[in-house]
Parts: sequence; structure tokens; C-alpha cells
Amino acid sequence: MSIKDKVIAIIAEQAVLEPSDVTMDSTLEDLGIDSLGLVESIFAIEEAFDISVPFNANDPSESDFDISSVSSIIAGIEKLVAEQA
Amino acid sequence: MKRVVITGAGTINALGHNVADTLEAMREGRCGIGPLEIKDVDRLAIQIGGQVRGFETEGLFNRQQMALYDRFTQFTLVAARQAVAQSGLTFSGEMAARSGVVLGTSGGGMQTLDENYRSVYEDGKNRVHPFVVPKLMNNAAASHVSMEFNLKGPSFTVATACASSNHAMSQAFQMVRCGMAPAMVTGGSESMLCFGGVKAWEGLRVMSKDACRPFSANRNGMVQGEGAGVFVFEEYEHARARGAEILAEVVGFAMSSDASDIVMPSKQGAARAIAGALNDAGINRGDVGYINAHGTGTAANDKTECAAVADVFGPHADNLMISSTKSMHGHLIGGTGAVELLACIMALRDGVIAPTIGYDEADPECALDVVPNEARDAKVEVVLSNAFAFGGLNAVLALKRV
Repeated sequence: MSIKDKVIAIIAEQAVLEPSDVTMDSTLEDLGIDSLGLVESIFAIEEAFDISVPFNANDPSESDFDISSVSSIIAGIEKLVAEQA
Repeated sequence: MKRVVITGAGTINALGHNVADTLEAMREGRCGIGPLEIKDVDRLAIQIGGQVRGFETEGLFNRQQMALYDRFTQFTLVAARQAVAQSGLTFSGEMAARSGVVLGTSGGGMQTLDENYRSVYEDGKNRVHPFVVPKLMNNAAASHVSMEFNLKGPSFTVATACASSNHAMSQAFQMVRCGMAPAMVTGGSESMLCFGGVKAWEGLRVMSKDACRPFSANRNGMVQGEGAGVFVFEEYEHARARGAEILAEVVGFAMSSDASDIVMPSKQGAARAIAGALNDAGINRGDVGYINAHGTGTAANDKTECAAVADVFGPHADNLMISSTKSMHGHLIGGTGAVELLACIMALRDGVIAPTIGYDEADPECALDVVPNEARDAKVEVVLSNAFAFGGLNAVLALKRV
């Protein structure tokens, strides 16, 4: 499974949706994922890829990690995984 | 001052997953204590407990709730749903704004602590699930009850070890009595039957390896239990106006502190709490028919408790009945007073006194009528529920038949 598909699967599970319903331009808000759901998704992503996501729940906009859409999250994860390799 | 009545009750414990099953087990003198089924039980010296068995969360909680609820919160919600349903109350508007929830627990989310300590210390993991803190915090259960039933008034958690539930219910009682709240959801819960929870108790060397035999000369310690008891305390006129079924009236309480020792109980401290509850309720000593004892099955508690009862009641101590239902459901620590209040309600409503089971041999230091081994039919008007915690913190409630 590609990084993209894996991230989409995690987000879909959190949102209780089918992966096909998670589009690249969806925001987490669109998908009904609240702040607790967001930190749970990031935990699941960290576990799945064995990476550390620089996300600060106190001020998400200040984090060095863009969560504004599904595509930006996937791009961020791909970068982190590449850096780790 | 307002009168305070109980209009709803709920429980889950080793004797049953609801009030009816629990009271039936108490009537039959059934023992809910058995071999513990927990991880690494072979490394424990104490391998018995009053464990809740056959508890299926499927259908009770959704996936997001399961991610957020420790076992002690799950127990609390199961009991609270029963209690609120029986009361028939719904909380909205002014009623919601003024009603709250006060619960007791000693350990809070011990299962969550145990699992995550295991994960970071034993398995060497460096990342924990983000909900560890909201799951383990002592007030998690009270908060989730407030959310489920829309209780927006005074809500908090009391932690006074083995007296937590009685202190919590005393607070709820006081709030309804003084007119601060029309109704309060109250009681307590505990879920400490995990490796770390039992191991910690082992250290004190007060645990029995075979059975809880309160007041019996051959008693050899306490046995831990788990579960929850939750009640709806409601202002009497409010309950009557809506035609609610009244289970019992709460008529008084007292709290005292031994101010002497962190583990050894004090006769004076216990006696002051018992006498204080009678004074608060304006009850004559001779009117008390039954006491649900703290009765842990330790050498120290049982003789101290009997001496305190003898001191407070004088000659009437020989006429009243006193039993410890911990012999059946184990010691639920912070939830124990709540489950034991059910035995008090059964005594008042059904005229059935729950027995002290496992009683083998009379102890001259516990020479009271402990209702040995078999339940007894008796009409009683007033009952007390004792709780004497480690740390010397005592809370006694007085209930009356309505």
C-alpha cells in the first residue's frame, strides 16, 4: 500500500467513512474529524510509519506540519518518511 | 432544609450487572469472589478477587467512546444509565443547570495506567495513545456522566480511598438538602483488578489468599472487588410531585478524620462518624435496626469497627444487625460504599438483611449480630452505612424507610 493509500485509510477509519469518500482536497473539518480525532489520527500515522509528526495541538497553525487538507497531510508524511529513509 | 430521597439505583459488580441480580445474590448469600482472570496473574501472590465477569461493551458504547473510557468509566456509565432510567428524570433547562454528579473513586483509570506503564516500561515503546490522560483522570467518569445526561450543575470526584463513595454521596446529599440542587447523580466506581493494582495491595500484606470472612475469628484479610454503584438523590417534594417511586430517604451523614495513622483505624474516629450521622439525622440510637459495616475482613478493621459500634450504641448494640457484604462482592475500594448502599435499600424496602458470608468462628472481639451466612427477614426503619478509609477518613450515611 502506498503512503497515500495508507494515510487515507487511517483518516477514513477515524471519520468512519469509506476510503473512496476521502478526497484529496477534503479538509478534516469536512470529514467530521474534531480536535481529539485529529490527535488520534496523528498517533495512528506515527504508529503506522514509525515517524514523529511535528504537530502541536496547542496551535496547529504554528506547527511545522500542514493539516489544511488531506493532500497537504499526505505530502507532509511523504516528506517525513523520505527524510527518515 | 429539604428532605432527600433516592429515586434511582444502578450497579455492576461481581454479584450482578444490575440491581435486581445483585440483591438476589445478596439474599442468597452468593459469593462473587473467585480466581482472577488478568494478565500475569501467575506473578501475583494474591490470585482472587470479586471480578466483574461477562461484561460485553459491544452495543453499550460506540468506537469513539471505547477509545475514551477506562473500565472504571464504563462501569460508572452502565450503573448511571440504570439509575437515571429508574428515576425517570430527564435533565434540561433549569433542572439541568442545577443538577450535577458527584462520584467517588480511589484509583480512577488504573487499567489505563497499568496498560500504558507496561507499554512504555516493559515493551519499551516511546509513544502512547493521545487519550491516556483523559482516560485515566479520576474525574473522567463524573465528566462522562455529566455529558451523557446533560448535568450542568456542581460536578466533581471525591477520592478518599475506601470511603470515597460515602464521602461523594454525603456531598450530593448535602447539596440536595440545602436546596442547591434539585437532584444529584452520585455513587462511585473502581476498577483496580489489574496486575499493578493487585500487586500494590499485596505489598501491604493485608490481603487474603482464599476468602473474605469479615468478623469471623479465622478471617485473614481483605479481597478486592470492582464495579460501580450509582444513585439518583432527589429533593423529596420534587420526587413526590412527579409521582416518582421512592427507594429510601437519606436522613443524615457525618464525616470525621482520625488524625492519627495512615493505615490503622481508630475506634474514636469511627465512633464519632457513626454518632455524628445519628445526630445529624436526629435519630435515636434505639431506632437503628441494621448497619452495613465497613467490615473489610482484616484483623484491625473488624474489631475496631465492632468496638466503635458498641461504644456508640451501648446496650442496643446487641439488638441491631450488622453485616459486611464485602464477603460477597469484595472490597470495591472507592466504589464500595455505593454498592453497599444497595444492601441498605434492600433492608429498608424489602425487609431482607444481607448476610456476612464465610463466617466460620465467633470472635469475642466482634461479638455483635453479624447476620452470619444466611440472609434474614427483618423489618427495619433506620439503617447506617459505614466507610472507614485508609488515611483515617470516615463517612457514615443514615437512611430511613419511606
